[in-house]
Amino acid sequence: MTARVKSLQSVNDFVIKFANVNGTGSASANKLFAKALFRMGLPVCPKNIFPSNIQGLPTWYEVRVSEKGYLGRRGGVDIVLSVNPQSMAQDIKEIEPGGYFIYDNTKPLDLRLIRNDVTMMGLPLTRICNEQYKDPRQRQLFKNVIYVGALAALLDIDFAVLTALVADQFKGKEKLILPNIHALELGHKYAKENFDCPIGIRVQKSDKVGDKILIDGNTALGLGALYGGASVVAWYPITPSTSVVDAFEKYAKRVRIDPGTGRKNYAIVQAEDELSAIGMVIGASWNGARSFTATSGPGLSLMSEFLGLAYFAEIPTVLFDVQRAGPSTGMPTRTQQSDILSAAYASHGDTKHVLLFPSTPKECFDMGAQSFDLADRLQTPILLLTDLDLGMNDNMSEPLEWDDSKEYDRGKVLSADELDKMEKFGRYLDVDGDAICYRTYPGTHPEKGAFFTRGSSRNEMAVYTEKGEEYEENMHRLMAKWETIKEYVPGPEIILCGKEADAAVLYFGTSEESSREAVDYLADEGVNLNAMRVRAFPFNKEVENFIDEHERVFVIEQNRDAQLRTLLMAEFELGPDKLKSVLCFDGTPISARNIRKQILQLLPGNNVTPLYPEKVASGAGDKA
Amino acid sequence: MSYQKPKFRHPDLAVNELGFTKADYEGSLSTLCAGCGHDSISGSIIRACHELSIPPHKIAKLSGIGCSSKSPAYFLGKSHGFNSVHGRMPSVVTGAAMANRDLLYLGISGDGDTASIGMGQFAHVVRRNLNMVYIVMNNGCYGLTKGQDSATADEGSVSKKGDPNLFAGIDLAGLALQLGATFVARSFSGDKEQLIPLIKAAMTHRGFAIIDVISPCVTFNNNPESTKSYEFFRDHAEATGTVDFVPMREEIKTRYPAGSTHEVTMHDGSVIRLHKTSQHLDPFNRVSAMRVLDEHRIKGDILTGLIYLDKNSQELHDVMQTSQRPLNELSEDDLCPGNRLLKNINAALR
Ligand SMILES: Cc1ncc(C[n+]2csc(CCOP(=O)(O)OP(=O)(O)O)c2C)c(N)n1
Ligand code: SF4
Ligand SMILES: [Mg+2]
Repeated sequence: MTARVKSLQSVNDFVIKFANVNGTGSASANKLFAKALFRMGLPVCPKNIFPSNIQGLPTWYEVRVSEKGYLGRRGGVDIVLSVNPQSMAQDIKEIEPGGYFIYDNTKPLDLRLIRNDVTMMGLPLTRICNEQYKDPRQRQLFKNVIYVGALAALLDIDFAVLTALVADQFKGKEKLILPNIHALELGHKYAKENFDCPIGIRVQKSDKVGDKILIDGNTALGLGALYGGASVVAWYPITPSTSVVDAFEKYAKRVRIDPGTGRKNYAIVQAEDELSAIGMVIGASWNGARSFTATSGPGLSLMSEFLGLAYFAEIPTVLFDVQRAGPSTGMPTRTQQSDILSAAYASHGDTKHVLLFPSTPKECFDMGAQSFDLADRLQTPILLLTDLDLGMNDNMSEPLEWDDSKEYDRGKVLSADELDKMEKFGRYLDVDGDAICYRTYPGTHPEKGAFFTRGSSRNEMAVYTEKGEEYEENMHRLMAKWETIKEYVPGPEIILCGKEADAAVLYFGTSEESSREAVDYLADEGVNLNAMRVRAFPFNKEVENFIDEHERVFVIEQNRDAQLRTLLMAEFELGPDKLKSVLCFDGTPISARNIRKQILQLLPGNNVTPLYPEKVASGAGDKA
Repeated sequence: MSYQKPKFRHPDLAVNELGFTKADYEGSLSTLCAGCGHDSISGSIIRACHELSIPPHKIAKLSGIGCSSKSPAYFLGKSHGFNSVHGRMPSVVTGAAMANRDLLYLGISGDGDTASIGMGQFAHVVRRNLNMVYIVMNNGCYGLTKGQDSATADEGSVSKKGDPNLFAGIDLAGLALQLGATFVARSFSGDKEQLIPLIKAAMTHRGFAIIDVISPCVTFNNNPESTKSYEFFRDHAEATGTVDFVPMREEIKTRYPAGSTHEVTMHDGSVIRLHKTSQHLDPFNRVSAMRVLDEHRIKGDILTGLIYLDKNSQELHDVMQTSQRPLNELSEDDLCPGNRLLKNINAALR
């Protein structure tokens, strides 16, 4: 069928979306597709959009290919590969004019779904499988591989790359290699014989990948914790954080077994709930082991009382929060950046916590490891916030690297010798003037250094007090420590556009890629924007100066309430006019087109500022 | 109300094997009400640790929130302590014990702290058989919030406020047995003769040892109509027998008639001698222990003493196969795999 609108034409630049049924083994075939493009030297950005369900519901896999290296969501879909009749109507609607719809035509397509401006291409996937395989599970699994083979022909993917990948994937299970290659060939052959290959959208080898790797943020984070020296892990299962601990365990089993005894140099406790998980982390850290928990929003809420204790009693505590769409259970398998405020101010009373915002797997690894140094040095909770998008999707990333000459910073901990040489030890005495005090581990010295850790008010000598002045003094010292903290946490990354710009964008975490792409789009349209990526809270002077230097700053974030903006306004005492919000909270990663559109609407001179800008973001059918 | 501890000490105050006097195991001045059962328990803890010659810095004492949970401030002043949050001491001890298996962990809790807000954590710390001593200072009420009934208050028991309690009480010893505790005992704050050897035995047990200690709250729940009062206890307690604790280096001298005495060699070589007076109880059999405990409860009696001991207990570190060296002693070399491994990992991700 030929489309009446000119078909999209592009090389190495498109968005394809796979529409599958979950639990049918599509994930590994789809990954095979993405990885093949990656091996051809093309920057890819695959994203899983999956339901909170184990089997039978629609699931999507979107792959962005961009020779220019844009790794965020672009918005819009050029090709849909559909094997799920449940979501077909919606999937067809999403295709860009001129795009392609590739579907299983074993059963005829509902004529009402046909779009004249889209090239409709049928592959008899079910028929081929039924002819080739008897076992129903094989029919299901190979269907996925067959369409990958067909795509290889349609998009001109190097077939040798695919077969090499299959060989890698089934190393150790060699029997599976040939059947998989056969399935690829079936699809490839069918497409070659029945369509003009390649179609208007195609790929060709490039060199834009370099030494980069494809890894999900959670694996990188689990590895970061392993390299950072965590030995006690306590957690309670929750999507999308579970795979952080899985990754830690996988590698710990390989490298943390004592060669002499076969015993573990780590302990992982699956706690009864998140209250317990964070309690264990606090107990272990108090006792001098590096420890962490990984959780998501609901878990963070449960941990709140304990976080206040760790803040007040000054116990190093590392918490990884892989955010998902809240509130409550919300959309547990969709992404958001919506725990910013609840993390920053977790717990009752006057509390503030250090937040880290990695935006790539490499940063998950680096900041994951760094969390332990920061926690030990600063004696306070460190909350590293990623999200489902970064945590559970494969991301193209700089390779992970560890500087073997680096030593852990265990912070101010007194040894028995040091205690012997001291005249007086006070747990909460600010000896060095940086508001960080010395601590001791239990069991260090027979006579000296013992103290009573408590969440109730105490004086510098760790003795209980209800004297207002002593309480206040301590709270002031904690604020002074907050200033010290600013010197230790990662500063922002600033990208100047090189032209005069009185406006700027500010973003963090997974909004980075799309934001940068949107800035490029806008630059092409004559809108010059400087950019700053915030990497930690507390914000340091650089963040403040950058905001001061611009008349208007667009704060891009993936939540409804503009939480980072609120935090910036509260911490810098800014009025509401300066910071404008660009938001997306429909559970999918924010796209470059969406950001561009919202910024255009917010520019001065454009008076049609929508009452609820977020509606633009999540307006029906318009994910652009 | 606080009371002043006398400064004067007996000149020949005994020193233990480590050269410490009892005073070395004391803490700061108690701020609990005069006559509070919790203070007596603190006294027994001090004596047990002194007599066992435990280096004070090798004990970590942890608690939740409540009058009971304040007690760790009043004993073992040379030990690190941690007064955590209400009902969550078990998780903090679990983390601490995972980090350093070489310390002796003493958890102090109240009946509110354990049987209400902390019930979940209690159940799971028992189930994991964490190597710790867990003492519940059980007064059947929330002392610190001024005397509300707690979940261990018996049905019909009347506190000072005057209203009978409407719900059946939770028996923490019975619950612990059900959950798989490997050392279960009950005692009374006022009965040092019984309590001190039980604490010692619990401290040498490898695994989770709970002592449910009835500890009257003199201010809110010590009237005769309360089943957690001194008076009620005196009239209704029945001991399983007596327990002698013989430290590992000491020779066993006295001989008891055969049949009534069991000797159990503990992990560190010490011996517990159990002289049974109850004919029905087999303290090495969980089912028997549960049955006898229940029978007493139904009669309205309080069974005290050692109720159950699992001689083959495997504590959490044994089960999890963690390194013998405490995890908090591992160096960067032990913990960090170095850049070489990352190179392989990167290669596999291309
Ligand atoms: C989360 C929380 N809720 C409530 C309280 C108030 N509170 C303090 S102590 C206590 C009860 C303590 O009872 P128990 O554990 O039996 O100790 P007791 O004072 O009787 O020794 C309560 C409810 C608290 N500290 N924290
Ligand atoms: S209120 Fe009761 S439990 Fe608390 S100190 Fe006084 S007597 Fe003890
Ligand atoms: Mg109580």
